[in-house]
Amino acid sequence: MTGQPDTATEPVIPDHFQAPHPATGTTHVLPGFKITLGITLFFLSAIVIIPLAALVARPWEHGLQGFLFVLTDERVIHALGLSFITALAAAVINVFAGLIVAWSLTRYNFPGRKLLDALIDLPFALPTAVAGIALSSLYASTGWIGSLTEPFGLKIAYTPIGIFLALTFIGLPFVVRSVQPVLAEFEAEIEEAAETLGASAVQTTLRVILPALMPSLVTGFSLALARGVGEYGSVIFIAGNMPYISEIAPLLIVIKLQEYDYAGAAAVGVIMLAISLIILLFLNVTQRFFANIGSAK
Amino acid sequence: MTAKAARSPKTFGSFTLLTFTLLWLGFIILLPLINVLVTAFSQGLPPYLAALQTEDAKAAILLTLLVAAISVPLNAIFGICAAWCITRFEFKGKSLLLSILDLPFSISPVISGLVWILLFGAQGWFGFLLRDHDIKIVFALPGLVLATVLVTLPFIARELIPLMEDQGTDEEVAARTLGARGWDIFFRVTLPNIKWALLYGVLLCTARAMGEFGAVSVVSGHIRGLTDTLPLYIEITYNQYDTIGAFAAASILAGLAIVTLVLKTLLEWRFAGELAASRRH
Repeated sequence: MTGQPDTATEPVIPDHFQAPHPATGTTHVLPGFKITLGITLFFLSAIVIIPLAALVARPWEHGLQGFLFVLTDERVIHALGLSFITALAAAVINVFAGLIVAWSLTRYNFPGRKLLDALIDLPFALPTAVAGIALSSLYASTGWIGSLTEPFGLKIAYTPIGIFLALTFIGLPFVVRSVQPVLAEFEAEIEEAAETLGASAVQTTLRVILPALMPSLVTGFSLALARGVGEYGSVIFIAGNMPYISEIAPLLIVIKLQEYDYAGAAAVGVIMLAISLIILLFLNVTQRFFANIGSAK
Repeated sequence: MTAKAARSPKTFGSFTLLTFTLLWLGFIILLPLINVLVTAFSQGLPPYLAALQTEDAKAAILLTLLVAAISVPLNAIFGICAAWCITRFEFKGKSLLLSILDLPFSISPVISGLVWILLFGAQGWFGFLLRDHDIKIVFALPGLVLATVLVTLPFIARELIPLMEDQGTDEEVAARTLGARGWDIFFRVTLPNIKWALLYGVLLCTARAMGEFGAVSVVSGHIRGLTDTLPLYIEITYNQYDTIGAFAAASILAGLAIVTLVLKTLLEWRFAGELAASRRH
């Protein structure tokens, strides 16, 4: 009863102690939050956010009119349409071909399987300019394949078919790599249950396995489509780049920049950015839809 | 709860699917690769070697290495910092941060170059500042580096985040409780746990940095011998009908891609458990 505060039992608080986070209840025991978040935000601002802000702000220097003028230009509409349609066609082909490739690589044992599996990533690893000149020289009228098809009147290089083939090359790994893990982890019990109940192999595949693969197929399709719409390097060599015929949207940006039409280039860029964001949004919505179906079952 | 094991194809259907796979991969993937190598050596070894020893070719190779040598460490620093703050702490806006981190994957490479012209070009936001102080960013090395960093920004972070999320913080918290300081925790606990994933990310980042075409083509200005990286050199020589020059340069990058695939496969095979579960890029 000395009236003095009892300092001896007061807990010693370490200098790096932080109160638990109100939302999660976790304590920041580990150091380095401020500095790493600071560096992360600096990079994201300097490399992604400010540059994209400059892109989005640019097309309006002649007002909405200027933007609409670019958007309604027939050459721009044609280039955007060509990029989108060839990317869409390539993504659709890749869904089917990619599914078969992923199926063969996970279900069948054959010599060279590991090698083929590693090769799937070649379109990711091979620089687009290399793919571009390789495809262009293959399908040109003097090339290995072009010289075979041209006698039959089928011109591939310097036509939209060439663009489609380049985008098929670029998009293949997206579908295969999305589907493969799902297929590899698909439980044998479910398949066996279907077979025990009298389903044929084809029925099991179409009505049991395929529905389970749908989310991953949509993911692969969307990623291949988004990549294809913006693809430049592998396409420009084989495209021929004729206005109104084989001129893709990214090339139009390059041409407008060479004409010092910054606002026009940015306008095309903003539209392309919007298209990729819409594709990603579509992906997000469909995945939620699949997740809901899954949980309702 | 196990998956069906792979087995030898027996039925007619399985042979059909397998044959399609082999033909399709041969046609879509192998043929272009073989075409590069065959064309590069189509006139024998001496012209091939001579094509790689021109001044412009040598300058392009050096510039490509230089750009990668600057961009990849920057992305490694960013990737480690981003993975640390995202997986070790809770904070508001984390999912927004992750979405922004993924943006470079979904924008066209040409846009990744265009934005730097809009910022630092003659009529760009900061163009007047640079002109007054005589600093060159676009059509020079800094622009090439900025475009490359933008294109490859998510590569290392995306490799580290799922892995560090899986590993949790137990070991690091234990080290902290035992009195370890920040750098000690990182170098003695975290880094040994993530080293293979980091290497994997660095590998993919380097391959993309050296091969990037669209973004650097917009900011390069194509000054021969000065701002042409190897992919841009390929474009120029190809458009000048210098087939051997273009394909010789392309064969170097194709070789690089094959080495990347081999190392990547080895890492996945040897250290599967120490790499992130999701790897798409």
